[in-house]
Amino acid sequence: MSAPETQDDQGPVATTGHEWDGIRELDNPLPRWWLWIFYASVVVAIGYWVLMPAWPGLTGYTPGVLGKSDRAELVEQLDKLKALRGEQSARLTDASLQEIESDPELQAHALAVGQSVFGDNCATCHGVGGVGGKGYANLRDDVWLWGGTLEDIHRTLQYGIRSGHPQARFSQMPAFGRDQLLTPAQVADLTEYVVALSGRPANAAAVQRAAPVYAANCVACHGPAGLGDPLQGAPNLTDREWLYGSARADIREQIHFGRNGVMPGWAERLDPETVKALAVYVHANAAGQ
Amino acid sequence: MWKKHSKLERHSLLLVLGILLVVSVGGLVEIAPLFFLESTIEKVRGMRPYTPLEQAGRDIYIREGCYVCHSQMIRPLRDEVERYGPYSLAAESMYDHPFQWGSKRTGPDLARVGGKYSDAWHVQHLIDPRSVVPESIMPPYAFLAKKDLKVDDIEARLRALNRVGVPYTETALKNARADLEAQVDPTASGVSLARYYGEKVNRRDFDGDPDRLTEMDALVAYLQMLGTLVDFRTYEADAPENLR
Repeated sequence: MSAPETQDDQGPVATTGHEWDGIRELDNPLPRWWLWIFYASVVVAIGYWVLMPAWPGLTGYTPGVLGKSDRAELVEQLDKLKALRGEQSARLTDASLQEIESDPELQAHALAVGQSVFGDNCATCHGVGGVGGKGYANLRDDVWLWGGTLEDIHRTLQYGIRSGHPQARFSQMPAFGRDQLLTPAQVADLTEYVVALSGRPANAAAVQRAAPVYAANCVACHGPAGLGDPLQGAPNLTDREWLYGSARADIREQIHFGRNGVMPGWAERLDPETVKALAVYVHANAAGQ
Repeated sequence: MWKKHSKLERHSLLLVLGILLVVSVGGLVEIAPLFFLESTIEKVRGMRPYTPLEQAGRDIYIREGCYVCHSQMIRPLRDEVERYGPYSLAAESMYDHPFQWGSKRTGPDLARVGGKYSDAWHVQHLIDPRSVVPESIMPPYAFLAKKDLKVDDIEARLRALNRVGVPYTETALKNARADLEAQVDPTASGVSLARYYGEKVNRRDFDGDPDRLTEMDALVAYLQMLGTLVDFRTYEADAPENLR
């Protein structure tokens, strides 16, 4: 192909030989700096093939001279993290719950771990700081549905409540209204009875009517005086803590539907030492038992 | 030799053929080996196709565009593993069509959300996200609890997945609808649910309303299964073939 030159301000310039209505197509060489970067990139790419995992084959791939592996690096980083957390973490593994709580240094470490893990996993239901909400127990007070000793809390944390785990806390309040175990009138009377149990003014006639119903249906778990039973997660009906609300409508709803709250177990999701730290944290934050 | 390219550039047909050749070589080298490489998908225990109810929930997840804000991909990074649990494996997406890895992380990653919260929490959170997470910016999905789940086309949906490689058996496909309804009714008997999908399948009423089968049931069933299938006690994370 002929490449006639043309004349411009800078002197003669090559063209492709094409011309349309007097417009000629110049054939300038690529800028040198661009060309050299292009060649350099090619060289780097070849170096990359050699150093890093690159070419697939039929059964595997070229792993590269550096042996780079994201997953192996992660293992290293996690090991470093463990070392950074120091021997306190290691001691958490071996120490018993009481030992952790009685050793100020270890307890401080457990509280720090507990606080961060609580924020990530527990605050979503129990609220920031554990103040609870409707259906989610308040963890800052001295009322415990399933017991508030360090061991009780630890066990609840490990296996959960009605979580399906064989060792989970389990009990079931019947849906007295929905499953038609009681008539709506009986449920209404029972509501008054529960209001009276909690020391508030209630309809005396209704309370009297409800007494035999309570004795037949509720005593087994909540006890004759309504003091509850932490072995069955049955709440004390005489105090001022209400999981599903204290108003008459709330109480009636609970008798009608018999909601049974679920808490997941954490033994399979978190390390054993993390669960221990959480137990110590929750126990320390509440007026524990 | 350096002048030959002008010939290519002057014939559009030649140029198109040349482009096709280059692109297909690139594709063959980069994509095709993934179907044959032993190491593409880790060998794990526990993976199974979605149950009909979970699949229906997954379709709702996609319909509502949950992937726009939530990823399902825990990357092998220290902070993500600390927060969410073991990083996601390729094997965990083997029955996903399409996968939901996502790339926009406005909300938390959901790859291992299964079992982290109670059903009641999920229902309350979907109805009114800010009632449980005050700082949340997630829109409410209260209508899911009111909308009956469309169940009559579930067999056809599973058949479509079967055609692209999800190993549902013929009996599992035939029983799809019965299995779907059985999963929300723990008292139902004589179903192939456990036989085909395993004993670990969550069987209960998910939305707190045992009288109805709603879209909420399906979505919560799907969420509660996410990331729970692989048995990590038997998975060797530091075996050489799994380090990459």
